Amino acid sequence: MKKKKNISILGGRVIDPANDIDRVTDLHITSGKILAVGESPEGFQPDHTIDATGQVVCPGIIDLCAHLREPGAEHKATIASETAAATSGGITTLCCPPDTHPVIDTPAVTGQIRHKARKAGFCRLLPQGAVTHDLDGSRLSEMAALKSAGCVAVTNAYTPLANTLVQRRAMEYAATFGLLTIIRPEDQYLSNHGCAHEGRVADRMGLLGIPEAAETVAVARDLALAETTGAVIHFQTLSSASAARTMAWAKREGRRVSADVAIHQLHLTEMDLEGFDSNFHVRPPLRTDTDRDGLRDAVANNVIQVICSDHQPHEADAKAAPFPDTEPGISGLETLLPLTLKLVEQDVMDLSSAIARLTCGPAEILGLPLGTLSPGRAADICIYDPEQRWFVGADALLSRGKNTPFQGWEMPARVTHTLLKGRLVYSLAINE
Amino acid sequence: MSRSNAELQLDEAGRLLHFLTIDGLGKEMLTEILDTAEGFTGVSERTIKKVPLCRGKVVANLFFETSTRTRTTFELAAKRLSADVLNLNISASATSKGETLLDTLRNLEAMHVDMFVVRHASTGAAHFIAQHADRGVGVINAGDGRHAHPTQAMLDMFTIRRHKREFVGLRVAIVGDILHSRVARSQILALNSLGVSEVRVVAPRTLLPADARSLGVHVYHDMDEGIRDVDVIIMLRLQKERMKGALLPSEHEYFSLFGLTERRLALADSEAIVMHPGPINRGVEMDSQVADGSKSVILQQVSYGIAIRMAVISMVIGTQNLRMQDVAV
Amino acid sequence: MNSNTKNFMDTEAVESLIDVMAGKIWTLLNERGISDPLTVGIRTGGVWLAELLHQELGLKEPLGTLDISFYRDDFTRIGMNPEVHPSDLPIPVDDRHIVLVDDVLHTGRTIRAALNEIFDYGRPSSIILATLVDRPGRELPIQPDVVGLHPVLEPDQHITLIGPDPLGLVIGTNTNRSSRNLEQE
Repeated sequence: MKKKKNISILGGRVIDPANDIDRVTDLHITSGKILAVGESPEGFQPDHTIDATGQVVCPGIIDLCAHLREPGAEHKATIASETAAATSGGITTLCCPPDTHPVIDTPAVTGQIRHKARKAGFCRLLPQGAVTHDLDGSRLSEMAALKSAGCVAVTNAYTPLANTLVQRRAMEYAATFGLLTIIRPEDQYLSNHGCAHEGRVADRMGLLGIPEAAETVAVARDLALAETTGAVIHFQTLSSASAARTMAWAKREGRRVSADVAIHQLHLTEMDLEGFDSNFHVRPPLRTDTDRDGLRDAVANNVIQVICSDHQPHEADAKAAPFPDTEPGISGLETLLPLTLKLVEQDVMDLSSAIARLTCGPAEILGLPLGTLSPGRAADICIYDPEQRWFVGADALLSRGKNTPFQGWEMPARVTHTLLKGRLVYSLAINE
Repeated sequence: MSRSNAELQLDEAGRLLHFLTIDGLGKEMLTEILDTAEGFTGVSERTIKKVPLCRGKVVANLFFETSTRTRTTFELAAKRLSADVLNLNISASATSKGETLLDTLRNLEAMHVDMFVVRHASTGAAHFIAQHADRGVGVINAGDGRHAHPTQAMLDMFTIRRHKREFVGLRVAIVGDILHSRVARSQILALNSLGVSEVRVVAPRTLLPADARSLGVHVYHDMDEGIRDVDVIIMLRLQKERMKGALLPSEHEYFSLFGLTERRLALADSEAIVMHPGPINRGVEMDSQVADGSKSVILQQVSYGIAIRMAVISMVIGTQNLRMQDVAV
Repeated sequence: MNSNTKNFMDTEAVESLIDVMAGKIWTLLNERGISDPLTVGIRTGGVWLAELLHQELGLKEPLGTLDISFYRDDFTRIGMNPEVHPSDLPIPVDDRHIVLVDDVLHTGRTIRAALNEIFDYGRPSSIILATLVDRPGRELPIQPDVVGLHPVLEPDQHITLIGPDPLGLVIGTNTNRSSRNLEQE
C-alpha cells in the first residue's frame, strides 16, 4: 500500500488506556505519527480516511514474547512470515527471544534480525539478547554491545541460569547498562524433563510432571537476587497462581519487578491434556483451574501487567509424535488479541484494562514510547471489529505454524486494519 | 482433535476398536474381556492349540522398548488365533535415523498390517498411533511410558477373579514403585472399575505421585499396616536404576521396609494371593520363599496373559472388520 | 429376538420329539456297534438337548459342550461374540465315537464350525449328527443322521429353540438383523 502522509480514522471507538481515553471519535495521523484524537487540527487535510464506524481503534499490540524461528529454524517459520501474520492479529511490535541458531548474542545477529524485519516491513522487531554467550549459562554475553545493536533486554530464554552466582553477576552486569533482565522462571532440576503440570492429570496419564515449585523456587530465588543486585527484572510466562501471589507481594513491597503471562495460560488447564493432543504441550505447562483463575485475577489486578502470545510456530512433524516427544509451544500471534477480548466477554476485566495489558503495559516494561495514542507518538494502530466473530482453523492462520489448541474456538472479534508508523500493513478487506 | 478415551477405544455400539487404556472402558467392557478370555483358556490345553478366528490377519508387534516376556505372550496369543505375526524390534535406531514414528507406521500400513501391538517408552505413544492409524487397523497398547499397560492389568484381574470369584468386597494392596509404574496405573483403574472395596498403595513418598489419593487409592507408607488383612498383594517390579538416584538409598533398606517376607505375608488374609508382573528381583521385592510359596500365583499370571491377549486381539480385530464393512456398504 | 414370533411347539411336544430322537440314536448306535459314545452339545440349544438325550440314553461318559464362536465363518462380518463360553470336552476325543447334538440345522455352517473345532481336539472315529429340527436352506453339504422334525418354512422364517426350562419351539419372521445379532441358523 502506498504511504499516505495524512490519514484520518473516522468514527471509531478510540481506546487509549495510557491516556484514559475511551470514546467514539476520530484519530488523525500525519507523517507516521499521531497528530490528534478528536477534532482535526485546523488546516489538516487527510489524503486517506478509514471509516471505523462500529469498530475499536487502539494502539498497535506489543507482544513481549514471540519466537520467529529465524535464523536457524526457517523450516518452521521466518521473520517475514511471522511478522506478516502478526499484523493480522493487530500486532505492531514483537519482542523475540534469543534462542535462535545462531543465538542472539552478538551485534551481528541482532543487526541481521532487525534488518530482515525492516525489509519485510510489517512489524517493529525488538530482539531480546542472550544473557550468556551461546546461552551456555556460564559466560556473560557482551551486553553493552547488544544494547547498542538494538536489544531491548537480556534473557537466557528456555535455559534459565542454574548457577546462582552467574545469575547474580548477569543481573549486576545488565543493570550496569540499564538493561532489563527477562527470566523464564524454571528450576531445571525440579522440572526434570517433565512435560505436564505435576498433579492429578499427569499422575493419571503417566506424564512426567513439572511441579509448581519449579516455578516458585525460581521466582523466589531471582527476586532475592534482584534485591541484592538492584537489577530490574521481568518474569516471562508465569504459569502458577502461587507465583502470581508472590508477584503481588513483591509489588506491595515496591520491588522493581514485572511479569507477563501467555494468553493460553488464561484459557486452558491441565484438563485439556486428556487425549494426549500435542497442541496442548506447552512450557511452562498448563496447570490447574485454580492456577488459571489466580493468573486471571493477577492480570485483572495489574499484578501481571502484560499478556503475551509466547508464539512458537512449528512444522507439522514437531507435533506428530507421542506427547512427551513433541516440541512444546503454540502458534499464538493471531489469537492473542481475540483471546484477550474473550476475557472481557467472560467478565475477567474491562476492555480498557485488557487493551492496556497488550499495549501500554508492555511498553512501560520495555521503557519505550509505544503503546499509546498520545500526539507525537508513532502511529502504530490496531482497528478491530468487535462484532465480527470467527472460528479458529488451521486454514484461518497466516502463521507458518498451524499448531493451535484453539482449533474450532469462536473468537469474539477480528482485526480489520493494522497500521505501523502510519502505514497500512494489514487490511482484512484486502486480505480476503 | 483430542477425543476421550471412551470415544477413541469404542465404536458407536460400544465394541472395542482399540485397547489403549483401562480408562473410559467401564465395568461392562472389562467384564466382557475377562469372559472372552475365559473362553480362550481351554485352547492352550488342546492337541491343536489354535483357533482359526484371525486367519489371514497380520498382527505387527511394534516394540520400541525391549520386552521379551510381553512380546512373546502377544506373539503366542496372535498365533493361537491363527494370525500371522510380524515382530519388529525398533530400537532407537530407526528414529535416530530421522524416520518419525509416523513414517514407521505408514510403512507398515503399506504392508497391509491389520493390527499394531505397541510398546514404547513414551507416554501416549499407543494413543498417537491409534489416532493416526488407518481405518480398520486396531491398536493394542503393550505398555507406553508411565501411562498404561492394560493387558497386564487385565491378566491380573483375570487371575484375581479366578481365585476370588468376585471383586466386590476385596481389599487389594499394590506395593512398590507406583510413581513410575504403568502397570500400577492400569491396575488401579481396573480394580476400581470392577468394584473392589479398597485399593491400597504401599510405598515410600519418593515412589508415589504427589497426590496419589486422587488415583482412587488409600496410601500407606508402612508395609505391615498396608498389607494387613488384604486379600490380594500385588508386588511391583523395582527398576534397578531407581536405586542409584535420589529416590531410594539402597536395595537393603528398601527390602527391609517394603520387601514381602513370610512374616509380613502372615499379616494379610489367610487366603491372600501374591502377584507380581515379573520379572522378580528376589531379595528386593520379595523373598524366594514367598515367590515360590503356596500363595504365589505368579506363574498362573503368565499363562492367563495369553488368554487375555487372545481376547483383546480377537475383539479388536472383530470390531475393526465391522468397521471396514461399514465403509464398504 | 425379533418381535413377531409365535409359539410353534410347547414343552410336551418338544420332549416327545426328543424321545423319538433318543430312540433313533439308540438304533443307530446299535447298528454301528457303538457302545460308549461321547455326547457333545453345541451351545446353547444343542447343550440343553444333549443333556436330555444323555440322560435318556443313560450314557456314562461325561457330556461335552462346544462353543463354536472361535470357528464361525462370519467373524469378519459380525465381530467377536460378546458372550463366548469355553468349549469343554472333558475326555480326549481321539478314536472315540461322538454324538453331536444341535437344535436347528439350517445352512450347515454351525456344524461345519463344530466339526472343525472337534478336530482341533483330536481325531474321532466317527460322528453322528442329531438335530431337533432340520429345516430347508442348506448352504453346505451336511446332513443329519437323526432328526426330530422337518418343518415347512418360508425362507424368511426362522425357527428357534427356547429354554432350557421350559423348552419350546418358536417361529418368527426375519426383520433387519442388527450387526450384533448373533443368531446364525
